[in-house]
Amino acid sequence: MAWKIFLFVLMTLVCIAGITFPIVEEPSKWYHFPLIPGLEENAKIIFFHVPTSWITVIAFLMSTLYSVRYLRKKDLDDDSKAYTAAQLGMIFCILATVTGAVWAKFAWGSFWSWDPRQTSIFALLLIYGALFALRSAVDGEEKRATLSSVYSIIAFVTVPFFIFIMPRIMKGLHPGSADDTNAGPIVDFKMNSNMQVVFYLSLIAFTILYYWMWNVGYRSHIVKEKLQKQIS
Amino acid sequence: MKSALALLKKDFSSEIRTRYAINSLGMFIVVTVSVILFSIGNEKINEYLTGGLFWVVVFFTSMSGLSRAFVSEEERGTALTLQLLAKPESIYSGKFLFNVALVFSMNLIIAVLFSLLFEMFLFKNLLLFVFAFIVGNVGVAASSTIIAAIIAKAGSKGTLYPVLAFPILLPLILTLIELTKQAMDGNTVSDSSVELAVLFCYDVIMISAAYLLFDFIWKD
Repeated sequence: MAWKIFLFVLMTLVCIAGITFPIVEEPSKWYHFPLIPGLEENAKIIFFHVPTSWITVIAFLMSTLYSVRYLRKKDLDDDSKAYTAAQLGMIFCILATVTGAVWAKFAWGSFWSWDPRQTSIFALLLIYGALFALRSAVDGEEKRATLSSVYSIIAFVTVPFFIFIMPRIMKGLHPGSADDTNAGPIVDFKMNSNMQVVFYLSLIAFTILYYWMWNVGYRSHIVKEKLQKQIS
Repeated sequence: MKSALALLKKDFSSEIRTRYAINSLGMFIVVTVSVILFSIGNEKINEYLTGGLFWVVVFFTSMSGLSRAFVSEEERGTALTLQLLAKPESIYSGKFLFNVALVFSMNLIIAVLFSLLFEMFLFKNLLLFVFAFIVGNVGVAASSTIIAAIIAKAGSKGTLYPVLAFPILLPLILTLIELTKQAMDGNTVSDSSVELAVLFCYDVIMISAAYLLFDFIWKD
């Protein structure tokens, strides 16, 4: 219970700080964010957009890990865990895509411009979609679990190409692209310390939120499967 | 390895007997290229577009032809016999080699057709394109073989194949399109070494992942 209250406090703090803290040219108070030329107020997306895409990848990683565990131990509970992680990953993937596209309209001038990172989030959406299409196509839960585990592992080995290789060798608009002059770690680029604190708090809050959702999700999925077996 | 070659030989002789792949894929290529020609009409298209269209045709031809490797075994009911006779690794190698041969012959036909029909399909550095072509074809064959195995076990759902294969092939195809552009611009092989390395990594990763995972798909 305590950590749920902690999550609530953390999430409230992040929302309030991320939305209301002013961006000023010369930060003097503790709650001032620095002005980043070319981004201005748009810079605040980093508190919400980056955590959602982070969760997208974490969820995919967890789905793959539980798929590997399923293939080793053939325990259907692991499949439920992998499936729930994939479901949540899909939700966060859509959130990241939509927030990114809306933001891009105001910052870059168009909703979609096939920047390498947009391509990779699109590919992740396709992978999640394909995974659910495959699951719905197969009857028999063990076969379904095996095939979707294998597919999610194969899909996962291509993810490094999308997330780490393509955005860095191709020209793009996101920080960290090949033609980015202030290349370097994406996180600390031009953020001052209080911005970083809010950003990391937001990452932590979103991760806890995801973990909670996943925990509730997979337990209800297991119960649902068991009930279905009892009925039939 | 011996049983893999035997499987390859068996696939070849059954292919020569029915000529399914040769006939239907050959016609598929002709149809796709003519649809592209009709849609272009008298329009003058630039060279990068022909490079992109080339890989589009390659993708869809692979999607229509390569799933047969395992689907045909399931259709004829020979999958169980195969399971008894050979180890999963050698089955994957045999099917993979057959698909490599199929992809190479298919893509050679497409490349020849493209260079005959599109005058803009020209390379300043042909060597780079040939490198990309060879490494890319192996990658296409590797990932479509393992996806074909999944499809065959999922009840041979034909529409599912491109859906499952596209996200897996996407990094490969994007890099290939990039390399084709660079070959058209006349980059040397050392200029584009990063992209070639990405392609090569993709091949190695895909083949090893497929070898490791094929066991789980194949055993019911």
